Amino acid sequence: MIRIQSLSYQYPHASSNKKMALENVSFNVEKNTIFGLLGPNGGGKTTLFKILTTFFLPTSGSVEIFGLDIFKKMSEVRKKIGVIFQNPSLDKKLSVKENLTHQGHLYGLSGLELKERILLLLLQGGLLERANERIETLSGGMQRRVDILKGMIHNPSLLLMDEPTFGLDPAARIALWEILKKLKQNGTTIVCTTHLMEEAEKCDCLAILNEGKLVALNSPSNLKKEIGGDVIAIETNNATSLKEELKKKFNLQTMLLDEQTLHIEKEKGVELITELIQTFGEKIISISLSKPSLEDVFIHKTGHKFHTNSR
Amino acid sequence: MKNLFLASASLWEREVIRFLRQPSRVIGALVPPILFWFFIGSGLGKSPFQTFSPEENYMQYLFPGTILMIVLFTSIFSTISIIEDRKDGFLQSVIISPIPRSSIVLGKILGGATLAFFEALTFLLLAPLLKIHLSWNSLFIALLLLSLISIGLTGMGFILAWQMDSTQGFHSVMNLFLMPLWFLSGALFPLESASPWLRLLMILDPLTYSVAGLRTAFYSQSLYSSGNFPSLTLCLFSSFIFCLFTFTLSLLVCKRKT
Repeated sequence: MIRIQSLSYQYPHASSNKKMALENVSFNVEKNTIFGLLGPNGGGKTTLFKILTTFFLPTSGSVEIFGLDIFKKMSEVRKKIGVIFQNPSLDKKLSVKENLTHQGHLYGLSGLELKERILLLLLQGGLLERANERIETLSGGMQRRVDILKGMIHNPSLLLMDEPTFGLDPAARIALWEILKKLKQNGTTIVCTTHLMEEAEKCDCLAILNEGKLVALNSPSNLKKEIGGDVIAIETNNATSLKEELKKKFNLQTMLLDEQTLHIEKEKGVELITELIQTFGEKIISISLSKPSLEDVFIHKTGHKFHTNSR
Repeated sequence: MKNLFLASASLWEREVIRFLRQPSRVIGALVPPILFWFFIGSGLGKSPFQTFSPEENYMQYLFPGTILMIVLFTSIFSTISIIEDRKDGFLQSVIISPIPRSSIVLGKILGGATLAFFEALTFLLLAPLLKIHLSWNSLFIALLLLSLISIGLTGMGFILAWQMDSTQGFHSVMNLFLMPLWFLSGALFPLESASPWLRLLMILDPLTYSVAGLRTAFYSQSLYSSGNFPSLTLCLFSSFIFCLFTFTLSLLVCKRKT
């Protein structure tokens, strides 16, 4: 469905010594999947999203969607993709129906065909009764739903979404994921960016981006399997000295995440944790043992924490 | 081609609906120029400028300029929505849709121009109160000029707004650049009474020809009398060129920036 090859992007006004926003990124997205672009803020996922939506032209590399080069066949590609931005792209002064009608016109739909399409979408989105209400009177969750319907107006087989649950409360997030799953069942491929681990878990496949580079590509479960064993996190007052002691006494490879946190990946973590507490009990503020999470995958691949700004 | 017009018509319709749903905008563009016209016109009473007839009062003199001010306010303010649309994210979805950029320009400019045209037309209904009796011919000329100025000024607003990121910046440009264009258009004082350097600026001001054209349509005994400068033909021609110029530049500007 999507083929990305050696894609790089540098912002036009960035100084020459500044890091590239995307550097030599290559991967494919298979049909009929929910594909996640996971990364911390500034990781490059939104830049990639903007290139996929034909908003930005890449500095180098190529992207094919449906076998079409998106920069040579831009207009054809645009007709086939649905795009949902981080902030709803709705006109708040217009009603739900007017927004959908307007979007239909931009995609060459009109008359009875458009009316029927809107009716179907409103039914599917559970918004039939709100059709004539102005967007400004709807809740954030509902506005998001209208935005998705807007992106679906021309029945695209690929939907690109930037942080789909941005600004939504937990209940609305769950409802939104239900909609996405339904869309997938109906044959739509969905590519979405996210910086939330719990959302990334729900994707069929993940591309993890960090500092503009692709650091991992697999399903969430396979990515976690790559770590193997358990993950132990130790909170201490002086992580650097503890790291050295662990190396001396147990010949343990540890990762220093910050001045107070050590990260250990180890099989049979239960046995190790008991020994650690017995040996370094006084130096340890807290210690935890868990199965690998996507956060651990990120640490494993990049050697540092997944910094996220709270919403 | 069908898609180009469908998209433009849709953007045009959106402009009109949005405008009508914000009564403050409808009133905001119409009432301040009317108050300005009424107070200044009444305050000065008899016109110090004898352009057409000796009994002319200043309210009559200000009338064409006030129409231009209404067009200026409505058309320019309608293009501020471009900056808001960009901020709200609405514009993004239009830009990445399969429509050509020219339909964005067409829809947006015709939308703004329609609003400006009808706001000015509302004010024109006051003409009989000022003993302005329009023949069919002069009404036709006035409406033609009005359409050209509306498109030209909305185009100018488009060029500025498309390149700006803040509405505050837009207001500064409006005060710095657009208001002087109005002051120098002959709306407040005629070309003949201005000093030579000012007259030069006025001759270069494209709006001078719009005001002069309207003035001729409203007051001149003969539409094509040879004595007036600028002549009506020159007024129509200049307004048309202004309109064409801003429209073409809007197309170029729109293609350049995302």
